[in-house]
Amino acid sequence: MRAKLDQIKADALAQIQNADGLEKLNEVRVNVLGKKGALTAVLKSMKDVAPEDRPKVGQMVNETRAEIEAVLEDAISKMERAKRELQMKTEVIDVTLPAKKHTKGHRHPNTIAMEEVERIFIGMGYEVVEGPEIETDYYNFEALNIPADHPAKDEQDTFYISGDILLRTQTSGTQVHVMEQGKLPIRMIAPGRVFRSDEVDATHSPSFHQIEGLVIDKHITFADLKGTLAEFAKELFGEETKVKFRPHHFNFTEPSAEMDVSCFKCGGKGCRFCKGSGWIEILGCGMVHPNVLRMSNIDPEKYSGFAFGMGLERIALLKYEIDDMRLLYENDIRFLKQF
Amino acid sequence: MNTALSWIKAYVPELECGDQEYTDAMTLSGTKVETFERLDKNLDKIYVGQIMSIERHPDADKLIICQVDLGDKQLQIVTGASNVNVGDKVPVVVDGGKVAGGHDGGPLPEGGITIKNGKLRGVESFGMMCSIEELGSSRDFYPEAPESGIYIFDESVAVGSDAIEVLGLRDTVFEYEVTSNRVDCYSVLGIAREAAATFNKPFVAPVVEVRENEEKIEDYISVEVVDTDLCSRYCARVCTNIKIEPSPEWMQRRLAASGIRPINNLVDITNYVMEEYGQPMHAFDLDTVAGKKIVVKRAKDGEEFQTLDGQVRKLDSEMLMICDAEKEIGIAGIMGGENSKITDDVKTVVFESATFNGANIRKSAKRLGLRTDASGKFEKGLDPRNAEAAINRACQLIQELGCGEVVSGMADVCQPLKELNRIKFDAERINGLLGTDISTETMMEIFGRLELTYDEATNELVIPSFRQDLEGIADIAEEVARFYGYDKIPMTLPSGEATTGKLPFKLRLEEKARDIAEFCGFSQGMCYSFESPKVFDKLMLAEDDVLRQAITISNPLGEDFSIMRTVPLNGILTSLATNYNRRNKNVRLYELGNVYLPKALPLTELPDERMQFTLGFYGDGDFFTMKGVIEEYFDVLGMNKKVTYDPNAGKVFLHPGRQASIIYDGVVLGYLGEVHPDVLDNYDIGTKAYIAVLDMPNVEPFATFNRKFEGIAKYPAVSRDISMVVPKSILVGQIEAIIEQRGGKILEGYNLFDVYEGSQIKEGFKSVAYSITFRAKDRTLEEADVAGAMKKILNGLEGLGIELRA
Repeated sequence: MRAKLDQIKADALAQIQNADGLEKLNEVRVNVLGKKGALTAVLKSMKDVAPEDRPKVGQMVNETRAEIEAVLEDAISKMERAKRELQMKTEVIDVTLPAKKHTKGHRHPNTIAMEEVERIFIGMGYEVVEGPEIETDYYNFEALNIPADHPAKDEQDTFYISGDILLRTQTSGTQVHVMEQGKLPIRMIAPGRVFRSDEVDATHSPSFHQIEGLVIDKHITFADLKGTLAEFAKELFGEETKVKFRPHHFNFTEPSAEMDVSCFKCGGKGCRFCKGSGWIEILGCGMVHPNVLRMSNIDPEKYSGFAFGMGLERIALLKYEIDDMRLLYENDIRFLKQF
Repeated sequence: MNTALSWIKAYVPELECGDQEYTDAMTLSGTKVETFERLDKNLDKIYVGQIMSIERHPDADKLIICQVDLGDKQLQIVTGASNVNVGDKVPVVVDGGKVAGGHDGGPLPEGGITIKNGKLRGVESFGMMCSIEELGSSRDFYPEAPESGIYIFDESVAVGSDAIEVLGLRDTVFEYEVTSNRVDCYSVLGIAREAAATFNKPFVAPVVEVRENEEKIEDYISVEVVDTDLCSRYCARVCTNIKIEPSPEWMQRRLAASGIRPINNLVDITNYVMEEYGQPMHAFDLDTVAGKKIVVKRAKDGEEFQTLDGQVRKLDSEMLMICDAEKEIGIAGIMGGENSKITDDVKTVVFESATFNGANIRKSAKRLGLRTDASGKFEKGLDPRNAEAAINRACQLIQELGCGEVVSGMADVCQPLKELNRIKFDAERINGLLGTDISTETMMEIFGRLELTYDEATNELVIPSFRQDLEGIADIAEEVARFYGYDKIPMTLPSGEATTGKLPFKLRLEEKARDIAEFCGFSQGMCYSFESPKVFDKLMLAEDDVLRQAITISNPLGEDFSIMRTVPLNGILTSLATNYNRRNKNVRLYELGNVYLPKALPLTELPDERMQFTLGFYGDGDFFTMKGVIEEYFDVLGMNKKVTYDPNAGKVFLHPGRQASIIYDGVVLGYLGEVHPDVLDNYDIGTKAYIAVLDMPNVEPFATFNRKFEGIAKYPAVSRDISMVVPKSILVGQIEAIIEQRGGKILEGYNLFDVYEGSQIKEGFKSVAYSITFRAKDRTLEEADVAGAMKKILNGLEGLGIELRA
């Protein structure tokens, strides 16, 4: 029996030795160790062995099986490694061939600027609100302390529809809608499309976008306005940005200001973007006029607030160095692709 | 508003500052300086010289050689000018000096022109004598200058003195942006007051004393104001023995710096006072005023009137007129009449200084299409107290400049003057608004600078009449802030109740629309909301199509921008056409923008503004590419039900066989299709284009960002392929509806893997093949389950006249 097993082993090892591929090794496994293999046949012939010898023979068979298996596994593993190595050597590609890109569309620069502004103010606890683009005189003018016959109406070159219905010239009317709802405190921004009868040229468009902001609460101060807008400017234009507030006049705020930011192109040294001044005018703002609060049923003795408004196109043009506003409304794909 | 700094300094004599310093300080205190220009920026080394002798140039007929005395030296100068004589005093620029322009008066070179010693036809010349154009100005502003040739000074000017100084060019002209609330700052005195307050220097107003003659105004003129609602004050004064002459140089220089051409003493005085006081003045020739009477009243509708510019103007009954006893002689606040205008022969003048209703003047000027310097000032609403001050100033100047005599008294029809406004002083409130801790003393000091007085008895601030803009405590807070310094106010963040930042659901859906459109290769366009009514024809809408019911703008920029869009397609198609014409390939665009649907026309209430998600493309892709975008979007919005497509969308602008309504849960959410070739022709798009429109208000109710984990299938799926021959008229949508209806609970999905029409299929039929998948959540399916479901499906399909293939 011993000799038979040794013979099986020697044959198997020789076959393993001579195997020239994984298939051959598998054949060895089947022929020797498989159900119909030589070793299995030996086990099957156990019935012919004397019962007292069976454990011994069984042990011998198992030992032989283990030895063959070990050699076989080793050979397989070596052969697989060699095969993998060969694969790695042959599967070399030219990594400089062109990339396979998914053709993605692009957001409009106005929208990128708008989302950026929205993100900053949402982070500061502001709600984004929308108002109608076709408005009544009351919301666009009167409730903003611009009474009938006020020259400020002329300044804004309004498109009229009929009666007291017009195309809004500013997003400020949205503030009034929100104030009228009577839910205080208010922290909101209102982005949207506005219209003024300016002829189309490199710096004017009869349709453009504004973002308006409004905060109303007890004890809101001009200092809060300055602090909030300074934070906003840093977020939008970079941590180094400085702000400057200049007195100005708007009917719906008092005191009013215009805010300049230190030129984000030259850092304030003076360049063609800031026309050499080092500063860029970015928005108008102020403390909500008591008349405006009163008209929307908010008691100016108890509440105060600030408001600000900016042109989105202006920010987009400045940020992305776009030199002609008409490009924003032509929708030439070669323009849009750059954002 | 442009003003020379020297004029401001006349009222703020202690003001000492550089141009940039002045600009910065004034801008930070609220009087924004737009720009400034030094009048002498390109003038250097120019002196007053006297011509001692003139000889002919030996080699040039047109040149002469002058010996010029400059006081400390004598120079030989060769010139081509023909207007100089021995003894004339002229501006001379010496070697290394600079002049601003050439003698032809053309555009001024950026850095001026440097003058060097040289030879003219062999004769040495040590400098140049200058014309007014070379000094950077013109005869408009220096009317005494000769038409061509060298500027010649008055005899009294000292030889050797600084010619730039003598010409009044050692000065800087500042351009201010005055805000509409500060009517008082549309005047030199107003700006000077601000400058005095800004630099904390005394403001010295002109001292106005009128020396009157013995005559009485009553003997010359009376004034009646009929329409007192439009004229709160009308002051008239009379000056006699008028002698028309040039005004003095100092006055000419100040007007010139403000951009006003000097004309003669009378005109210049009215202009000067208008600049100085901000009060427009008008002068009538008394000899043309019938009945020695001025009547202020409304015109009659349809009347015509010739203004002093010679134009005939059509009047209406809301326009205020200045009349005499018989006729109209001027349109109040806008322009005088041809019939009463001042000529050089004028003997007696009536000055008018009035306060008209600003809104009325503004509207009249607009209707007349005639906006003048005067109307521009009146329409802001002037201070009636200023009218009196200004007319007295004008009379003072008439007398002092020897232009005439002033008749004693003033005809003054004045509605009761409003009492000076009073505002309760509340330092705590001011600090509360500003977020500051400014002391009462500092505030009081600021009020003093602004001529606001404090009434201790009532704790009120008394507001001077020229500050009509100060109405309440917020205005006072601004005054404090301006002069305390906006820059000194601290920066804080709002305290108080925290609020949640929010993007409303509607805007979140739009954000997702942008994301998906871009993911699918579409770039965002922006189009105007207003367009031409011709768009409806381009889109081939029927004459009675409800979409033609568009809102019209009453004052559009032109017909092309005259209606508010009711269909969003024109913008996208126009943009595709732009790209197509520029040979851009494979263009995919989308837009999110409103259409405006009126509830009734003309508009009596606000219209329905509906956000439209519009997509359009040409190039790679087809109808089904567009359909894919729509379904990707719905998928992101959690809209998991089956979207159905009805080919009977009825859109005339789309290919009749390649269009569909997009239907979700029985509701039409939009449409898509291939653009009709006729429409493509109308837009000059030479290739197939596809569009889709989603009506966002209809999409919104179906959208959700809520998701629920359904578990991952544990049991295997079973699939069955079926292949069938189907009449062409049957849509695969109908087949899918049957599969869905009849597949039962175990139906997991189905996949169309082949559609074929062709030679092996009989005429009028197509071959369609589906792979249908079944799966149960709780067990492994038995053959019987699947067979049962398949049988139901197949029975349903046979009902449609579909034959199964083996």
